[in-house]
Amino acid sequence: MSIQTLLRIATGLVAACAFTGVFAADIGQIKVAKGQVSVERGGQVMPATAGMRLQASDVVKTGADGSVGITMTDNSLLSAGPGSVLALNTYAFDTTTYQGKFDATLKQGTLAVVSGKIAKQSPEAMTVRTPSTILGVRGTEFVISAEPVTQQ
Amino acid sequence: MKSLIGACAAAALLAACAQTRDTIVLLPEKDGRQTAVIVHNAGKEVTLDQPYAGAKTGARDVNGYQSSPGDVQTAFGRALAAQPPRPVSFQLYFIEGSDVFTDETKRVVDQIFAEIANRPAPDVVVVGHTDRVGSDQSNDALSLRRAELVRRELMSRGIANENIQASGRGEREPLVPTADNVSEPRNRRVEIIVR
Repeated sequence: MSIQTLLRIATGLVAACAFTGVFAADIGQIKVAKGQVSVERGGQVMPATAGMRLQASDVVKTGADGSVGITMTDNSLLSAGPGSVLALNTYAFDTTTYQGKFDATLKQGTLAVVSGKIAKQSPEAMTVRTPSTILGVRGTEFVISAEPVTQQ
Repeated sequence: MKSLIGACAAAALLAACAQTRDTIVLLPEKDGRQTAVIVHNAGKEVTLDQPYAGAKTGARDVNGYQSSPGDVQTAFGRALAAQPPRPVSFQLYFIEGSDVFTDETKRVVDQIFAEIANRPAPDVVVVGHTDRVGSDQSNDALSLRRAELVRRELMSRGIANENIQASGRGEREPLVPTADNVSEPRNRRVEIIVR
């Protein structure tokens, strides 16, 4: 078999896996969903319920009556109140070494955070942002709110 | 309106116009551990390292303040009420160099299933550990074998495969620190985290 044929097969396999989502690793799971909660993934908006698995780049939104609680695979806990938009920008977690990277943005709303194994292993590895602020997380529990400034 | 946006765009070239007004409050740690959050905003830095230490951001500045449990409950009550239950950890112990459970461990398994039954959308993490007898490589393999054994046991008792993750930490995380090549029963274990 030629190298070209092998490459074509490999490319086809990668494409097939990407299509069926085989390689999309779970980064966390919605444990609590009250009121209206949705997840935006690759341009599609899906209603979210408890048990739903999350992936890197997902954006979790709550309605005016909604709230959501998420447990990440490193045991970080994130929970958002009504009218919140939370983007899970970057997430990686090695279950053998506990090395990883976690970056999330609260675009608006309220968020409670309990950091997990990623921040415990490497204090620089977890950041939580708003459009205006960057938080360095040194293994901890905190709350953050972001209120959009309206221009008139 | 145009002039305001123009002013903002011009200001953005110098220093970003704040898009949000933010409030950050450090909460006390349950075990009293020293922790901190470092707030970076508008080129300034505020470190929050005491319980209920807070920071508020303005158009182009950030200031520290002292918050309180009542203030936090008023502003963040709904977010805190949605917090998932804390993950709970159990230890299962093995006979040396083997993947055979000790007798006391069989009782812990019942507690684990009670915890699983009490949680919304539960999932289970199975992490294998070894003591420091043997090479790193063989311990990585042994720790994963122990974790996989427990995963199969949990599956045989009705937990879906998709709700169990198994991994091996080898000898990286001893419960009892020892010198290399010391046999230590408390380190030959599998940790089960229910979350």
